[in-house]
Amino acid sequence: MQNIVTLQIDNHTVEVEKGTTVLEAARQIGVHIPSLCYMNLKDMCITNLPASCRVCVVEVEGRRNLAPACATRCEEGMKVHTSTLRVLNARRTVLELILSDHPHDCLICPKSGNCELQNLAATLKIHEIPFAGARNVLPIETSPSIVRDMSKCIYCRRCEMMCNEVQTVGALAAVNRGFVSTISPAFHENLADSECTFCGQCVAVCPVGALTEVDHTNRLLRDLNNPKKTVIVQTAPAVRAALGEEFGMKPGTSVTGKMVAALRQLGFQKVFDTDFAADLTIMEEGSELLDRLTRYLNGDKEVRLPILTSCCPAWVNFFEHQFPDLLDVPSTARSPQQMFGSIAKTYWAEKMGIPREDLIVVSIMPCLAKKYECAREEFSTNGDPDVNYSISTRELASLIKRANIDFETLPDEEFDQPLGESTGAGVIFGASGGVMEAALRTAYELYTGKTLDKVDFEETRGLQNIKRATIDLNGTKLNIGIAHGLGNARKLLNEIREGKSEFHAIEIMACPGGCIGGGGQPLHHGNSELLKARSRALYEEDKHKPLRKSHENPDIVRLYEEFLGKPLSEKAHHLLHTHYFKK
Amino acid sequence: MSEIKIPQNKIDQLLDICNEHGNQPGELINILHKAQHLFGYLPQEVQRIVARQLGIPVSKVYGVVTFYSFFTMTPKGEHPISVCMGTACYVRGAEKVLDEFRRILGINVGETTPDGKYSLSSLRCVGACGLAPVVLIGEKVYGRVVPGDVEKILKELE
Ligand code: SF4
Ligand code: SF4
Ligand code: SF4
Ligand code: FES
Repeated sequence: MQNIVTLQIDNHTVEVEKGTTVLEAARQIGVHIPSLCYMNLKDMCITNLPASCRVCVVEVEGRRNLAPACATRCEEGMKVHTSTLRVLNARRTVLELILSDHPHDCLICPKSGNCELQNLAATLKIHEIPFAGARNVLPIETSPSIVRDMSKCIYCRRCEMMCNEVQTVGALAAVNRGFVSTISPAFHENLADSECTFCGQCVAVCPVGALTEVDHTNRLLRDLNNPKKTVIVQTAPAVRAALGEEFGMKPGTSVTGKMVAALRQLGFQKVFDTDFAADLTIMEEGSELLDRLTRYLNGDKEVRLPILTSCCPAWVNFFEHQFPDLLDVPSTARSPQQMFGSIAKTYWAEKMGIPREDLIVVSIMPCLAKKYECAREEFSTNGDPDVNYSISTRELASLIKRANIDFETLPDEEFDQPLGESTGAGVIFGASGGVMEAALRTAYELYTGKTLDKVDFEETRGLQNIKRATIDLNGTKLNIGIAHGLGNARKLLNEIREGKSEFHAIEIMACPGGCIGGGGQPLHHGNSELLKARSRALYEEDKHKPLRKSHENPDIVRLYEEFLGKPLSEKAHHLLHTHYFKK
Repeated sequence: MSEIKIPQNKIDQLLDICNEHGNQPGELINILHKAQHLFGYLPQEVQRIVARQLGIPVSKVYGVVTFYSFFTMTPKGEHPISVCMGTACYVRGAEKVLDEFRRILGINVGETTPDGKYSLSSLRCVGACGLAPVVLIGEKVYGRVVPGDVEKILKELE
């Protein structure tokens, strides 16, 4: 067993694989060495290891200097001490120095209660800061999705790693040097003027309050209390799989029923489901896929394949910026959020006799890009947005707490009809691979005219960076690809650009893991087990749904009968499709 | 955002510089050096072109430009004024001279007056210590400058 080393950490003897860091080895046995700059999402091979903060220092016998546990590899016979007086003093000094250049705004900081720096200061019992240093004070900046308060930045560079290495967007970089250094878009531009996609992954990993979401909760409370307005809500699939975490529930607990109950208590007149719109997306996107495929098989040389999914607004932003030459490749279908808004403010509002100006559509999303998407001009009529605004899973949790609702003891309630009816296919939209699986369930049956016996497409599931599968549609081989994370998407896009793509259809989600890992979700603090648990929750919910194929959703069928005609009809095009812009 | 348009022939020269270095991201610093020589400074547009050529994010280029003090994003004035801050000049009152330039021109070191006439910088020893404190304006050297001379010097340049 030469790949295993044995070492001692405090008074535990530990056996770990060679190459494991002391920090990881210690965590395996429940010794939690504090860390700040370090982050490791193992299952997706995402690591941030600048070894710059030195909060994780430990004493290694035989070494003169303290060693950063996050960057020190375990060796045979090593003896590590994680909490000697020397270590504790060093750790305290490190923290005191960080705090000396940090605003003491905890009481009014949006990150309060969920901040890694604040937690650390509490754990190490720091009650005064002996170094009264000068502070690097910078203005607070907002964009449609993200607030940057860089005076709070501790320079861990996790955001830069996410934006550059994982997403390959490169909107953020370290600029300036020394005391005035910061993390910023080029030329200190606003994120809105940069190549930022608003995926929110920088926000998802920032340990402090330097990067946070634009908060719409107060606006929502005002609207809910306005008697002139009808306020309705839609909830994205991934929210139900993660919201419970904010209330201390076990990761992977699906809280659909409680969430519906809480939203009703908050005062929404109707609680609807984005899953309904996800089923609708499948009807449109799936039909577009079959249309392109049939034309291709009939020898049409003009037709663009592969077709790319278009339900992730950060991904849309990415290709508009980075691949302006490929704007005709993605599906023209709008995201489920926007399809919902469009149908709610036409079909449903007409049915209910509510004038458009009195209807407010709010969405609960795992996503920060959706905030920006609501504000895109093409998604509004006479200045009134189809979806007025979007709030994140985290913001919803905060609203529920503010309303003194005891979330855990809430009874399960059902969504309202008709925009609350959904199938299992709509539910799995929240996990990477889910949109493709949902599309396959419908495309298969529409194309072959046969009933699909096995609805589970296992090949599309999981956290591998790029997933591939071949599906047999009555003798026609359909090659599909699935990428999550924009860096992986870029690889597939480059293949298309070079004319080398083997795929007929590709699903892309900007966030690692798909929407379950979205920028608006409860913070994972580097724990990829959380993402796995959330994804399990969605597939479990799908399994127990009586209907699991989008085209079987009775309210979708009715929507087409009463209003839209058929998929890709002129009306459907007008209300459910969009076009893209070079950026 | 500054809307200064760079003439096409200069853009071509910039592209040549990038090509000479194989458009390699690893050559960024060398490319920026030559670009700064070509333009006198590194405006946004130049940084964007370099980023595109090398296939790297413009934020990275900007990060490098702001990290090294020898890169500048401000164009030099018609009369670039440099005050020597070498030891000899410093002990003989160069700082007061510099302060006087600052006061009269209303700009800081590294800046250019809005009319583009004057820019101000400080230098390390120019080797004319016998004349300390020394001020360099363009090619011209002014020796034994005292704060009271500053106004007169600026008048001469007008
Ligand atoms: S939101 Fe995404 S693209 Fe924008 S800066 Fe953050 S990580 Fe980069
Ligand atoms: S903004 Fe946040 S994630 Fe980025 S370097 Fe600063 S503290 Fe770290
Ligand atoms: S993957 Fe989901 S959460 Fe992330 S940006 Fe796209 S739609 Fe939003
Ligand atoms: S966590 Fe190890 S140096 Fe920052």
